[in-house]
Amino acid sequence: MKILAFAEQRDNAFRKSAFETVTAGRKLAGESGAELVALVIGGKVSPIAESLGSYGAARVLVVEEAKLQRYSTTAYAKVVAEVAAKEKADILLLPATAMGKDLAPRVAVKLEAGLAADCTALAWVDGNVEATRPVYAGKALLDVRIGTPRKVFTLRPNVFTAEKAGDSKAAVEQCAISLGDADYSVQVKEVAQSSGRLDVAEADIVVSGGRGLKGPENFKMIEELAGVLGAAVGASRAVVDAGWRPHDEQVGQTGKTVSPSLYIAVGISGAIQHLAGMSSSKYIVAINKDKDAPIFGVADYGIVGDAFEVVPALTQEVKKLLGK
Amino acid sequence: MKIVVCVNHVPDTETKVKVGSDGVSIDKTGVNFIMNPYDEFGVEEALRVKQKHGGEVTAVSLGGDTHKETLRKALAMGVDKAVLLKDDSPRDSLSVAKALADYLKGISPDVLFFGKQSIDSDNGAVGSMVAELLGMPSVNVVVKLEIEGTTVKAEREIEGGHEKVETRLPVVITAQKGLNEPRYPSLKGIMAAKSKPIEEITPTPASLHVEVLAMRKPPAKSAGKILGTDASAVAELVRLLHEEAKVL
Repeated sequence: MKILAFAEQRDNAFRKSAFETVTAGRKLAGESGAELVALVIGGKVSPIAESLGSYGAARVLVVEEAKLQRYSTTAYAKVVAEVAAKEKADILLLPATAMGKDLAPRVAVKLEAGLAADCTALAWVDGNVEATRPVYAGKALLDVRIGTPRKVFTLRPNVFTAEKAGDSKAAVEQCAISLGDADYSVQVKEVAQSSGRLDVAEADIVVSGGRGLKGPENFKMIEELAGVLGAAVGASRAVVDAGWRPHDEQVGQTGKTVSPSLYIAVGISGAIQHLAGMSSSKYIVAINKDKDAPIFGVADYGIVGDAFEVVPALTQEVKKLLGK
Repeated sequence: MKIVVCVNHVPDTETKVKVGSDGVSIDKTGVNFIMNPYDEFGVEEALRVKQKHGGEVTAVSLGGDTHKETLRKALAMGVDKAVLLKDDSPRDSLSVAKALADYLKGISPDVLFFGKQSIDSDNGAVGSMVAELLGMPSVNVVVKLEIEGTTVKAEREIEGGHEKVETRLPVVITAQKGLNEPRYPSLKGIMAAKSKPIEEITPTPASLHVEVLAMRKPPAKSAGKILGTDASAVAELVRLLHEEAKVL
């Protein structure tokens, strides 16, 4: 039995999801006696590859080519599938990130494999991997088993914790996959990063605002609190639809599903589609004027009060605590 | 230009999910079904591409008779033709993709739209799988699309930014909120859609690659502590986050 873990990098630096994926692979391998191999694809990734050893990958395969510096759906999918076939990997783990979600379905087709997307738990049961995956934006969970010989799983970010298993360096092997121009038929030309903004789906802390903030200008205090906490800014559907905030900040069923360590909901009443998207956060704080708001039903800590008074006070108190 | 948009018929976002008596799917009693919200962006973009480049838009849905409701909505929004691949047996994303790809092979669309994911099973895989099965390029989670000649320039959402992607026709595009503002069907459109035919086709039978063992509700979160009614509660909140929750 062999597990292949795709370690995502951008600009020759691993993303947090890479360590999460490799850690999840190590744990799955440990339970079953399977071998874990990690795969890194990119322009110049050899120097970083050995660091995956500390997360439990004894062997890391590197597919390196100048043209792979920028992400290409088609070229990356070909590499992952060919490496999986070459290695006779039974189980493929990819992160359920923008890149992983783009690759996994194509890889699954190439390998005639079933795909379980956005999993939140993996376990060995009777010689098979059983996965748990949220559906209906988290209103329900499915326990699934893939029936094909090869199996592809994508893992929800922030759920599988990255844990070091020591400080050993991995054995790095170059792996040659021949790629022609046609393999780069889909090619990223440019990445436009929103300057220094954290993504709600990846952040460890999220501060979200809703209609209770009364206007887009009042998100300034949400941004200030988020800034002090090193948090991402999120928003309810109502304020995104009203054009106060960009849609990539929307949390909920038609936005992003998030599982941060701490979710602070300000002026959000807690419509069912919002609750679905954030209820799996580890700790939830609600600040709302309306004591009957459904958000208090899922909050660990609540303040029934005026956000315009509570949020600036909270920002000051956090600053004090963190010595900022 | 041959434009196709695949649409799904799903429980609306207000649905309170209850596990059905089969233990592996939802109880559909009293559930309101709608066109998958992301597919609305797909339909709208398909109509805009037609407006600019000419051609014909076909909406395709795989499912039971109830999917006709969503196909009628697509017709009311302005698509030219609607096709139901009539089969409501349970499928995983790969078996959905195979049925769609088998049908679409005979059509050879120039642009094929999907929503970036269905809000029921949340796999977000079918668009890419169909693209792979048909040997087409694909751009997922698209918020901006330009087609000039056979060149396709698309922007897709990634963590904390956008990727500007270039590829060529024929192409699969999966639509994300922000791509456009879907139109409301006009009364005239709704009336006209009622009399338009919906072609019915029997798709490739389902073969399952992923077995659902059980559907269950996530562990219920219980209401926590209300710490106060004004800013004086903030110190206690920060203490609890630091000492009890240990998240600060």
